[in-house]
Amino acid sequence: MSPYWAIFSGRLRMLLQYRTAALAGLGTQVFWGLIRVMAFEAFYRSSDAPVPLSVGQTADYIWLSQAFLMLLPIRLDSEIRAMVRSGSVAYELVRPLHLYSLWYARTVASCLAPTALRCIPLLLIAFFLFDMGLPATPGAALAFSLTMISALLLAAALSNVLNITLLWTLTGEGMAHIAQVATFLFCGMIVPLPLFPDGVQTVLNYSPFAGLMDLPFRLYIGHIPAEDVGGVLLRQIGWTAGFIAFGRWLLRRGTRVLVTQGG
Amino acid sequence: MDQIFVENLHKTYRIAERQPGLSGAVRGLFHRRYRTVRALNGISFNLKRGELVGYIGPNGAGKSTTVKVLSGILVPDSGSCIVLGRVPWSERVEHVQHIGVVFGQRTQLWWDLPVVESFELLRSIYSVSPGAYKARLAQLVEQLDLGSFLDTPVRQLSLGQRMRSDLAASLLHNPELLFLDEPTIGLDAVSKLAVRAFIRELNTQHGTTVILTTHDMDDIEALCTRVMVIGDGAILSDGPLEALRKTVHSERDLIMDLERDVEVDERDARIIKQENQRVHLRFDPAHISTPALIGRLTARYPVRDLFVENPPIEEIIAQLYRQRAIE
Repeated sequence: MSPYWAIFSGRLRMLLQYRTAALAGLGTQVFWGLIRVMAFEAFYRSSDAPVPLSVGQTADYIWLSQAFLMLLPIRLDSEIRAMVRSGSVAYELVRPLHLYSLWYARTVASCLAPTALRCIPLLLIAFFLFDMGLPATPGAALAFSLTMISALLLAAALSNVLNITLLWTLTGEGMAHIAQVATFLFCGMIVPLPLFPDGVQTVLNYSPFAGLMDLPFRLYIGHIPAEDVGGVLLRQIGWTAGFIAFGRWLLRRGTRVLVTQGG
Repeated sequence: MDQIFVENLHKTYRIAERQPGLSGAVRGLFHRRYRTVRALNGISFNLKRGELVGYIGPNGAGKSTTVKVLSGILVPDSGSCIVLGRVPWSERVEHVQHIGVVFGQRTQLWWDLPVVESFELLRSIYSVSPGAYKARLAQLVEQLDLGSFLDTPVRQLSLGQRMRSDLAASLLHNPELLFLDEPTIGLDAVSKLAVRAFIRELNTQHGTTVILTTHDMDDIEALCTRVMVIGDGAILSDGPLEALRKTVHSERDLIMDLERDVEVDERDARIIKQENQRVHLRFDPAHISTPALIGRLTARYPVRDLFVENPPIEEIIAQLYRQRAIE
């Protein structure tokens, strides 16, 4: 078994134990989902202007964003954070592994585990209680699945940049807040990106954040035709590669300035 | 054959300083003041295969920094260093496959996992073959007496159990070189003895080179044939423990218990402490031989028991620092 795989699966199994947290999170996310769906329905009813997304599509988009909230790169890996603060990060460097890949494996696990725990029950609730629709076509379902996997890899690349900034900031609270504001706004978590003004949209469509939620979700609801899945994947993979390269560069600088504090 | 070459290592840290008070905090927003700490100030030494070296010095002297440079964690500002034929920080991944490290104040085990699962993860990380791992684990479990708590989560272990597990964890991949940074810190007497016995055996039986940093002089006396003393980032003394004693002073202590309270007066030794019937005398064996002094004392005083010992090593080190400060 590759060491990186061992780290990934170990971390995943560890995180899958947090079922109570997942259950509590699930309750909150269902509740917020309802509020958001109702708010958008109210907007739609108050206007007859032509809309880029139908009410049903918007509701589906919102339920998806609630289901995959934990995927977003808005949190620091608790283990890495604790290690940087306590200085145990020194032990990470005495392993015969590339630190970036080691942290990336860990981060993929910590993005995946809470999402996996929450998305299935939440989607089931949305289907059976709140009339959520199925993917637009079988092709859309396939395109959605593929782009969600690459969204996971992109989210982990972004999260890992946050983790690496810990080498300078130690607490990382500030960086996490900045990441949260930018991510929520630009990935479609607050307002679906097709509802943004046209001029802004072209920029947003090509931003790295669109690949986290908006593009896969639009494939699901059929707003982007399933044939265009290649372009979406290309954008996601391009950004992932970019952020991995940036993270590696940052980490190289970080380990050179490393000061191990306290003994 | 030399395993470690270290030449003229320098490492400085720049630490932002906060000025006191509210006005200081506001000024700090615009203009930061930095303090430069010279952690290593020209360290040089060589080490042979199979040596067991004690590396001692006060807090902040640069001990841990040296260990971290040698293990590839920190990059020095200048100087050169070759460990097992590699430059630790530029060939880190290859380098660390051949060394083991224990930082006594931290654990390398996964807090929530049973000990044996941490070992399994380390086995994957170091790509140890299952056969070699099984044999090695069995051996370490026996030597360090880990059997009773292998399945216990690390967070529930006592400090002594944790330290033994950490030692085992650092040796699963059979390193040629072991760095121990304060491995007996906070341990009770029994655990300390167990850890020391294990380190000695590892060194003599397997020929593993060990670099041990510690504040516990008993560790040094029990284990090390060679001692390096570091202070303010420079090596003050390097050599066998006996040589270190002699460079500072050659005096010895004679402690005797008397039958009854007597006023002791001896021209070739001075009394450093007298409590009830126990008298501590210090003398220079170059000036008067130990048997001659004992003969004279037993003839003059009602001696019930006596023994001679070297002054505590703490005192030697403290004196070494005082001498350097004067120079």
